[in-house]
Amino acid sequence: MEVLVTEPASSPPPDGVAFLAHHRGDDVAVAVRDTAPGAATAAYLESGDRFGINVRTSIPLGHKVALRDLPASENVLEYGALIGLTRVPVAAGELVHTHNLRSARWQKSV
Amino acid sequence: MAEKRLTGYRRADGRVGIRNHVLILPVDDLSNAVAESVARAIPGTLALPHPYGRLQFGADLDLFFQTMIGTGANPNVAAVIVIGIEPAWTQRIADGIAETGKPVAQFSIERHGDLRVLEMAARRAAQLMQDASELRRVPVERGELLMSIKCGESDTTSGLGANPATSVAVDRHIAAGGTVIFGETTELTGGEHLIAERCASDEVRKKFQGFFDDYLAMIERTGANLLGSQPTQGNIRGGLSTIEEKALGNIEKTGTTPVVDALAPAERPTRAGLNFMDTSCAAAEFITLTAAAGAVIHLFPTGQGNVVGHPVEPVIKITANPLTLSTMSEHIDVDVCGLLQLEFDLAAAGDRLKDVIDRTVNGRLTCAEALGHREFALTRLYQSA
Repeated sequence: MEVLVTEPASSPPPDGVAFLAHHRGDDVAVAVRDTAPGAATAAYLESGDRFGINVRTSIPLGHKVALRDLPASENVLEYGALIGLTRVPVAAGELVHTHNLRSARWQKSV
Repeated sequence: MAEKRLTGYRRADGRVGIRNHVLILPVDDLSNAVAESVARAIPGTLALPHPYGRLQFGADLDLFFQTMIGTGANPNVAAVIVIGIEPAWTQRIADGIAETGKPVAQFSIERHGDLRVLEMAARRAAQLMQDASELRRVPVERGELLMSIKCGESDTTSGLGANPATSVAVDRHIAAGGTVIFGETTELTGGEHLIAERCASDEVRKKFQGFFDDYLAMIERTGANLLGSQPTQGNIRGGLSTIEEKALGNIEKTGTTPVVDALAPAERPTRAGLNFMDTSCAAAEFITLTAAAGAVIHLFPTGQGNVVGHPVEPVIKITANPLTLSTMSEHIDVDVCGLLQLEFDLAAAGDRLKDVIDRTVNGRLTCAEALGHREFALTRLYQSA
């Protein structure tokens, strides 16, 4: 698995935080502005601790990026809790949304 | 920040309101036309047109009466004129509202016609407006104000910013002795165990779980694919992917205190603190139910920009989405976008919200009030006979 999460940056990059994650251990982070592919800075909401991620696809404001490689039918965590299952394998740095994530609770909501 | 003195209208039944409306309340769809004519004839009165009130029966009819009576009884209302097609149900609603001690008059259309009812009701409405204009605001305590919360057109910025900011306001309101109603039964799916854990007793937990299980069973019986309905297309456009993700964001706004009771739709709370109410997640339906339960002020975090208002209960909009703020600023009362840029913390966001809450209590019009949003939407349990 690609190592995606790095140590907190010693100083924030000039373009600031592009993604926020709710909890340590979450599988996704949310874009707080439209973000292009490439290196980006993320932060944990509660602590403000920064970490770096390598974004593979354009992520619009409010949409999620995978923080690790996720196989198909994998539990996906946000808020430290289950938000659904992957439909297909999702690589770290890719957009996570309805095309590759489905409800684990409402089986007919596909 | 110095504590602002709060003022409101203390009603005959002891409850406190923050507005002083004279309502023209149609019992049924047939009475909308004359009710709206009365409101046009007497400026400042407020008609509440709606499409129902005929051939309802059983539990659905009980909820109809409870909602109509509760709306008229709401402490934001000074006086009410009830107009129905026939006298029996008109009288029933008028009598229910009159139990609060506020002035109520009723008129029915059959054997009079719209035009005679218009004249009689308009004459009475003019008197009620003049009487209401002499009522004065008095100092009130924060804890006397019944508050409700519901988010709408949520997106991921709701769970990151607007809902946690609302959570601060909820905890502060309850710490001041106040009562807050939350609900949105289906929108707890995936996080319902978090609410069940917070229930103050086994009795409350059993009531909550019963409401939740019944609502989910109703949805599952339909066999429908809810993607696009719950989460909504707006939620999905804003980045929310599943009901679980939406629910976990939704719960972020409920504060940290125990859930002291689980209420039926439109039921008036009797226990101070955080109350769950069994409701739909549609904004106007929700606020119509909480207003009927007596709520006088609503906090409404939004991501993509739900524009809902209510005729009786003022709705304060909060957003952390910079795109929504820049494209729909006329709808946003409180900007907490800085939370997402880590420019300020949750306590500071709570202070921003408190400032607007206090000014709204004291008479500032919300964005939805200024724009004329008066969505009044009755919840139906099933179709009419």
